[in-house]
Amino acid sequence: MSRDRVERAVFAVLRPVVIVGFLIATLLPFYAMLVLSLRPIEDLLRRPGSLAVDLSRLTLDTYVDVLRPVAEGGQGFLGLVGNSAVVATASVVVALLIAVPGAYAVSRLDFFGRRHVSSLFLVVYLFPAIVLAIPLFVLLTQMQLRGSLVGLVLVYIAQTVPVAIYMLKNYFATIPASVEEAGLVDGLGRVGVIRRISLPLALPSVVATGTFVFMIAWNEFLFALLFLVERRDRWTVSLGLAQLSGSIEVPTTVLMAGSVVITLPVVLLFFLTERLLSQGLTSGAEKG
Amino acid sequence: MARTLRQHDARTGLLLLTPTLVIVLAVVLVPLAWSVLIAFQRVRLIDVGRAGLFDELTSDNFARVLGSDVLWRSLRTTVAYTAGSTVLAIALGLVAALALRRPFPGRSFVRAAMLIPYVAPVVAVTFVWRVLLNPEFGIVNDWGRRLFGWDDPIAFLSQARGEVTLFGLDVPVPTALLTVIAFEGWRYFPFAFLFLLARLSALPGDVEEAATVDGATPAQRFRHIVLPQLMPVIAVLVVLRTIWTFNEFDDVFLLTGGAAGTEVVSVRVYELLTVQRNVGAAAAQSVLLAAVLVVLLGAYLWLLRRREGVRS
Repeated sequence: MSRDRVERAVFAVLRPVVIVGFLIATLLPFYAMLVLSLRPIEDLLRRPGSLAVDLSRLTLDTYVDVLRPVAEGGQGFLGLVGNSAVVATASVVVALLIAVPGAYAVSRLDFFGRRHVSSLFLVVYLFPAIVLAIPLFVLLTQMQLRGSLVGLVLVYIAQTVPVAIYMLKNYFATIPASVEEAGLVDGLGRVGVIRRISLPLALPSVVATGTFVFMIAWNEFLFALLFLVERRDRWTVSLGLAQLSGSIEVPTTVLMAGSVVITLPVVLLFFLTERLLSQGLTSGAEKG
Repeated sequence: MARTLRQHDARTGLLLLTPTLVIVLAVVLVPLAWSVLIAFQRVRLIDVGRAGLFDELTSDNFARVLGSDVLWRSLRTTVAYTAGSTVLAIALGLVAALALRRPFPGRSFVRAAMLIPYVAPVVAVTFVWRVLLNPEFGIVNDWGRRLFGWDDPIAFLSQARGEVTLFGLDVPVPTALLTVIAFEGWRYFPFAFLFLLARLSALPGDVEEAATVDGATPAQRFRHIVLPQLMPVIAVLVVLRTIWTFNEFDDVFLLTGGAAGTEVVSVRVYELLTVQRNVGAAAAQSVLLAAVLVVLLGAYLWLLRRREGVRS
């Protein structure tokens, strides 16, 4: 048998094995999260190795416990979800309001320093949170914005706008300039062109970018920890889960329910926009 | 007319970009510069409220940070952690992308599923890993004992050194560090996978077809045709992942809290800031971190420019 035939046979077997292996590795932890969140804690301790779903022993008490307000003996996650939703939504709205005109300018309009602006954003995008954390911590303390969600939103906007501009500008570049020129000839100003012509055409990209910003703001942990830790009523869900996982009184299964609560919105949103999101992020890579 | 339109556009361009520039300046660049200043000042957490811009400058913080063994130990840990995680994430991403290269039923679902570790909240995924790896009721240890006959449960996240018997030799293994690296590979391979798959699907097929006709085997085609074309993306991924992993805080902090030989530099910065309450030293440490980063960034930009030069 030739080497070619052997290799083909090996890869033909290997490929499905690899794919199944990756699927198990990526999905199993999330499946475990869901199953464990539905079991009573005694059951988990008695049969730690089981991931089978035993319908007779399923419970939703863990969810009741994690979502109920602290005053009623729960963990108050409903309130934390509210905080996260406010923070993430505000970040998306403001980041898009800032990034859409910025991306348009970088992609379409020729102005002095346009090239430098792009590398500036790249640097910001790559700069690590931990280095920014200290001065921002000091700054927000001095401005007495620590413990306020506004400070957090400001940080998230600054961190996401450069990526948002990068994603949007690649999309704006694919819109034919002639369409916009027609609008200019018809008497629209630049802002009118953006609002009436370019923005509707770029809507898929705007949705993808908004989703991306939402995920970053919803998932963020370090700044929430630094700015909000002393204010329990302002905690975001990520911070809440991290804080509670350190305490012995809260059963693991309840915290698993909390994990499901914070993961579900992001994963749902991701599946709805997956195609757009992947395209937006990698649009530079395809050209090589 | 044309000239005035262009001038007008230039003005509009700057105007449209102003909000972005203002917020990037206010929330990123000014704090960065200020961070350098703080690094040269004696600032403690209690007097942060009244710390002024023009306090007396001193290099004590750097002397303190550079003079401590902890820095060098955490730097070594960080380098090992960064190298391991980066290589693992990109290798896994490459294997996954190659496996998904040709269409098959359900491919788009598989592709989306593989991206979940990357998009899910870091707190939730680290927490699930901690539960799964728990020595008492974690499923990994339970299965390990039942299926592989482990004598004792392995404390994946709290054991600094374990021993593995290989061919009768006891080899010391940094258990917690390897576990954190494995987590990092799991969480970030989707990023590499996404970019490599995008590049793979944009590759022109004719060269490979010609090679097939000439009798090249699949492995030879990968080695001599596909891989060279992926190299530019892989190089960019290496730089990006290195930069981000080098500064990664969340994952290590949430998995081990920096214990058991996993104290990377960013966790040390956090400890200086909140436990020791020494803002100046924390800033000095983070400035050193940023210096390493600037070098890496320089390498990245140089790489980009060289690639652009090759293309044009």
